[in-house]
Amino acid sequence: MIGRALVIGGGIAGIQAALDIANSGFEVVLVEQEPSIGGHMAQLSETFPTLDCSQCIMTPRTVEVGHHDNIRLYTYSQVEAVSHDERSGNFRVRIRRQATYVNWDLCTGCGVCQEKCPFKVESLFERGIGTRKVIYTLSPQAVPNKPVIDAENCRYLQSKWDIEAGRVPAVDKKGNPAQPKCGACAKFCPTESIDWEAQDEIIEEEVGAVILATGYDLFPMARLPEYGAGRLPDVIDGLAFERLLAASGPTAGKVLRPSDGKTPLEVVFVQCSGSRDPERGVPYCSKICCLYTAKQAILYKHRVPQGQAYVFYIDVRAGGKGYEEFVNRAQEEDGVVYLRGKVSKIFRQEDKLIVKGADTLSNRTVEIAADLVVLATAIVPRAGNRQVAEMFGLAPDENDFYTADNEELDPLNSRAAGVFLAGAALGPKDIPETVAQASGAAAKVLMLFQAQKNRTPQAELAAVPGD
Amino acid sequence: MAVAYFPGCTLSTKASGYDRSGRAVAQALGMTLEELPEWQCCGATFPLSIDNSMALIAPTRVLAQAQQAGEHVTTLCAICFHVLRRTQNFLSHQPEVLERINWFTEEPYLGATRVSHFLELLRDELTWEGLSQQVKRPLTGLKVAPYYGCLLLRPPTEIGLDDPDEPTILHDCLAAAGCEVISFPYQSECCGSYLAVSKPDLPEKLAGDILASAGRHGAQALVTACPLCQFNLDYPQRAEAHPAGKGIPVLYFTQLLAVALGLEQEAWGMDGHYVDPLPLFSSQAAPASASPA
Repeated sequence: MIGRALVIGGGIAGIQAALDIANSGFEVVLVEQEPSIGGHMAQLSETFPTLDCSQCIMTPRTVEVGHHDNIRLYTYSQVEAVSHDERSGNFRVRIRRQATYVNWDLCTGCGVCQEKCPFKVESLFERGIGTRKVIYTLSPQAVPNKPVIDAENCRYLQSKWDIEAGRVPAVDKKGNPAQPKCGACAKFCPTESIDWEAQDEIIEEEVGAVILATGYDLFPMARLPEYGAGRLPDVIDGLAFERLLAASGPTAGKVLRPSDGKTPLEVVFVQCSGSRDPERGVPYCSKICCLYTAKQAILYKHRVPQGQAYVFYIDVRAGGKGYEEFVNRAQEEDGVVYLRGKVSKIFRQEDKLIVKGADTLSNRTVEIAADLVVLATAIVPRAGNRQVAEMFGLAPDENDFYTADNEELDPLNSRAAGVFLAGAALGPKDIPETVAQASGAAAKVLMLFQAQKNRTPQAELAAVPGD
Repeated sequence: MAVAYFPGCTLSTKASGYDRSGRAVAQALGMTLEELPEWQCCGATFPLSIDNSMALIAPTRVLAQAQQAGEHVTTLCAICFHVLRRTQNFLSHQPEVLERINWFTEEPYLGATRVSHFLELLRDELTWEGLSQQVKRPLTGLKVAPYYGCLLLRPPTEIGLDDPDEPTILHDCLAAAGCEVISFPYQSECCGSYLAVSKPDLPEKLAGDILASAGRHGAQALVTACPLCQFNLDYPQRAEAHPAGKGIPVLYFTQLLAVALGLEQEAWGMDGHYVDPLPLFSSQAAPASASPA
C-alpha cells in the first residue's frame, strides 16, 4: 500500500486532516471543488462561543496547506472516478481539474485582472448579497490566491465560442474577421497568464487511504414557502447574515439589509427553519443553529446597539463547553428576546416584514414588524454527497449523510476498507467537533500507513509500484 | 354532464345565495348538479380523536348515498368538501374501520366514491380556457382578492386540491371571469372558524386584519368558496357595527361567475349579504335584467 492519502473536501475538516497527515511525513492529495480552500468557515464572521474572527484563526492553516511540501492541492477540481485494488489496498483516482483560463504557474495573484474585468455577477460566496467579477477569487485571503474565469459569464469566452461555432457571422460589417469581445483581463495581465485555450485537465493519482470531508450546505429557502420561498430580499439565511457581519463581506461588516441598504432596527431570527420538520423539511436537529443564532444576535447588538433582536426557538440545545453560558449571555447581556414557538408566516407589508408566530410560554400569538429576518435553515449534505459515497461503494443514510461502520464505536470508519469520514458530511456539527473528527480520521489513516510500514521492509516501501 | 351534488346544511339556509348561484352557473356551463335525493349533515368537522369511527358515520353515509347516485359527488361548501374528501381518503386506507362503520349505515359504503369540489370540475373538466370562452360579460377592472381560508386546501396530503402556500385555483377562476385578481398575504389566514359561536370577538379581530390587508392591496371585494369564511368576514362589517363604514363585500366565486356568464340578477344570489355587493355590478345589472333568462 502506498503511503499517500486522498482528502476530498477543502473545508476546515479536510484542511485539518490533510495537515495532520502531512505533518506526520506522509503525502496528501487534497481535492476541493471551489477555486480555493476554507469551505464554509471562510464565510463566517466570528465563531462561537469565543467570538474569534473566523478568517483570522483559519488563515494560518489554509496558508500552511498552500505551502506544504507533502500536500498536493487541487482546487476547482472534483474526483470523477475511483478504482480500488484489493490486493494492494490502493485506490486509483481520476480527478478533473476544471479549466480556470488562468495559468497559475505564471500568475502572481496581483489582482489587476479582477480590477479591470468590467462584468459583475451575483456572488454565491456572498450568498447573493454581494457581487463578484467574472474573473475572481473567493476572498482576498484565498488559498491559492489565483483567480479563475467563470466561463459561463465571460464575455470574451462566450463571444469566442460563438465565432468558433458559427453562431455569429465570421466577418464584421467592414469585412474583417470577427473578434471576441472584451478580453480586458488579458490586456492588463502583467504576466500574460490568461489562457483562452485552456481545457479541463484529467489527473490520475494513486493513494492508500481516503478521507471524505465533503461538508454541508443549507436547506434551500425556496422550500420554505411560508417564509417567502427565498423571494423576499430581506429574509436571508444564516450564512448570508454571516457575510453581512463579516468585515470582508459585501457591506464591510455593517449590518445593512439587502433591499434598501438601511440599518435594520428590528431583527427576527427563526431557528429550526426546515430542521425538526419531518413533513416538509428534514427530521433531524441541525445542532449548530442554537449557538450560531445566539452568536449572530449578539454580534448584531454589537453592531447596532439601538436595535432589537428576537429569536424564535422550539427549545435551546446548547450542549457544549461554554455553550449554555453563551446563550444566557445573549439574553442577559445583550437583551435578545427569546420567544418559544414557531413562526407560521412571514410576508411583506410596506417596508416591513410581518412575522407571525406563537409564544407558547405566554400562550399568545405574536406579530413582529421586522426590518430583517434571518432563517437558521437546516444543515443538509452537499449535493454530491451521494455520488461521492457511491464511488467508494458506500451507501449514505436516508438524508444523504455518510454513515459510519459503527456509529458508536467506530464513527470515523466507513464500511469500505481504507475510507474514513470526517466533519459535517456525517451529520451537522460545529467547528471544534469537526476539527476533532478530522484529526481522528487522520490518525486512522496514519495507523493504517504505520502498520503497513511495520510489515514492509523499508526499501520495498519506497519502491512500491503502481499497485 | 350531470354530477351528483351534496349541498350541505349551510347552503340550504344561511348561504342559499351560494347554492343558487352555483346551480345556475353549473347549468349555464352545461353541467347539471343533481341534488342527492336524501342527505343529512356531512359531520361538519373531520374528527381528530384516536377512535374516529363514530364521528365518521355521518360523512360515510353521505358517501354511500352518493354511491347510489353515481361514482362521483361534488360540493360547493368548503367544509363539506373537506370532511367528505378526508373521510373518503381515510377509509380507502382503513378497510377494517370501513367495515365497522358499515354496521351502522343502511347502505354499505364500498369505498370508491369520488369527492370533488365544484372548483375542481371547472379546472379539470371544463378548464379555465373553456370557462373564459363562455364569459359573456367579463368583469374587467373589478379588483377581487381570493380568500382561500384553510379547509379548502389543508391538509394538502389528504385534500390535494392545490398548493396550500401558493394556491392559484380561485385566482385562475376569477381571472377566467375577467377580474383583476389581487394576491394578499392574508389570503389563507384563519377566519376564526366556529369560534364565531363561542368567542365572537376573536373572529371579528381576525376578520379586521384580513379585510384591512385586502383593502391595502386595493381589493374591491373578497372572494371565497367557504360559507363560514364568508360569514366571518362579512358579519363584522354589518351596518349596526359599522354604520359609517363602506365595507368590502365578501362574495362566493359562483356569484361572480353568475354575473360574468350573463345570468339574470335573480341567479346571482346576492340578497343575504351584510355588505351589499350589488353596487359593484351596477354596470352589469342593467343589461342583465333586460335580457331574457
